[in-house]
Amino acid sequence: MLFEQVLQQIINGLMLGSIYISVAVAFTLAIGILNFLNFTIPALYMLAGMVGWSLSHYGLPFGLSGPIHWGLALVIGIICAILASLLVERFTYRYFKMKHGDATEHAIPLVSSLGFLLIFEYLILIAHGSDTRGFSTPFTNLDWKTAGFIISIPQLASLILSILIVAALSFLLSRTKVGRALRAIAENPDAATMMGIDVDRIVPIVFILIGFLCGISASIFAINYHEVSPYMGDHVGTKAIAAMVIGGLGSVWGAIAGGLIVGLSETLSIYFFGASSAQITVWSLLLILVVFKPTGLFGHNAIGKGKF
Amino acid sequence: MSGYLAGVLAILGINIIFAYSIYITAATGQLNLGGAGFQAIGAYACAILSNEIGLPISLTLMFSAILGGAISFLIAFPVLRTKGVYMVLATFAIAEIVAGIILNSSYLGGPTGMIINTYIETEVVLIVAIIVILLSFYMMSTRIGLAMRAVHDDEAVADLMGVNKRAIQVGAFALGGAIAGLSGGLYALYFGFIEAQYFNANISIFVLLYVLIGGTQTAWGPLLGASFFTLIPEALRIGDDWRFFIFGVIIVAMMILRPEGIVTRDALDRVSTRLFPGKSNV
Repeated sequence: MLFEQVLQQIINGLMLGSIYISVAVAFTLAIGILNFLNFTIPALYMLAGMVGWSLSHYGLPFGLSGPIHWGLALVIGIICAILASLLVERFTYRYFKMKHGDATEHAIPLVSSLGFLLIFEYLILIAHGSDTRGFSTPFTNLDWKTAGFIISIPQLASLILSILIVAALSFLLSRTKVGRALRAIAENPDAATMMGIDVDRIVPIVFILIGFLCGISASIFAINYHEVSPYMGDHVGTKAIAAMVIGGLGSVWGAIAGGLIVGLSETLSIYFFGASSAQITVWSLLLILVVFKPTGLFGHNAIGKGKF
Repeated sequence: MSGYLAGVLAILGINIIFAYSIYITAATGQLNLGGAGFQAIGAYACAILSNEIGLPISLTLMFSAILGGAISFLIAFPVLRTKGVYMVLATFAIAEIVAGIILNSSYLGGPTGMIINTYIETEVVLIVAIIVILLSFYMMSTRIGLAMRAVHDDEAVADLMGVNKRAIQVGAFALGGAIAGLSGGLYALYFGFIEAQYFNANISIFVLLYVLIGGTQTAWGPLLGASFFTLIPEALRIGDDWRFFIFGVIIVAMMILRPEGIVTRDALDRVSTRLFPGKSNV
């Protein structure tokens, strides 16, 4: 019986991990390609979820329409996250590339992204208050019971979707022209410029991908857990950072493994040691890895070695 | 002194002390995104010492600083193996682990928090803040301060020039932890109630921003940064949500216009040559 319960927890953990995967991939892209710890990612995630909820609950702003279908609302939420991410690119990364000469300059995009985190989070708080909102979709109680285990079908679909998106991303990075340009920028931005890559036009693609991944993940969360809140990004954001480090900074497939490991260790430590122990387990795991094996499971040696 | 003013000044004092704790680490080029963790260690040490043992206030504060310093000294060795973004992540993880341990410990009150029996006046906070400010200014003017600046500007060259890089970094990290513990102790004694939820990631982020916006080049930075972000919202008397929104806008604007922070060494030089022509102080 215990064994079966543990197995059920493992299934739940993998499902929870599917939420973390996309966000962890977003973090790992920003670090791997731009060497930039992008703290706006939790805010973009929250923005997509809250905009989706607001549209499906109230409709367009200024009374332009009635409540919108939840699917369309989530798509618009994802588009908003992408636009917000481009705004972040305009005011963080571009300035970072322009200024040189001071020893603390490596912290500029990091600090700017913290500023944007506050801006997005408190804009939503001003607009909608701090309550958790119910997000209603037709997918309730769609469970697949097999061999005594309960698997939620939307969650299973989400896990598969997340992995497919990451596979597509990995294909984009390794096989296409854009992917080659991105990898060149990751290796050395100056050399990439000399080789004829228009860095200012390629870098926004990274931010579009980041916004898209955050939006997808927030939509998956809203559909599976039927709620959104202005603080939804904080929880997922910290777990996704842990997932990224565990998988190895800059490694897209590592982020998948990391996301699933974090989801697993979270549900298992809640099952064995109680609700608030997950924080200690996940972060201790991260701390040990950062100190003793900073490349994570699949990470590259060169990333994050210098000052950002 | 009115109650309101006293309250604002006490928060200002605690924020300034906390900002110096992060500044001293940042002055050696290390970013500590786990300030709240060290502050929590000091606050809980102070709570236990004054509730269970009943030590006098001066000794309690001293012990919370010593404990904060000792723990960060021990943590410094593994953490300072890491660099740049990994250091940010490692310190962030430490703060989360400290908060997690407090939340899980029934001895420390868990999620319900702790009430402290002793109380201090605003004046005590302000006196301690002034001492910390003066000591930081003094330290940055000594050889140690120069060595810290050298490590901040270029680790490899500082090492080549005979600066004991590792000792400077570990020392700065431990001293930062001690001062953060002190600010936590003052917070606990002044407000009389502490809970783990207060010492969250946002607190660590805000205090790091005070320092980076103030400027890490001179000891004026944290003083100005913490004062600016504590006093301006009070003066404007705006709601909490708008306060942090405007804080965010200011941060983004600052990074574009003046990424080295409000106070830089150049700016100080320019002011001092205008005030005292013919005398240079570098």
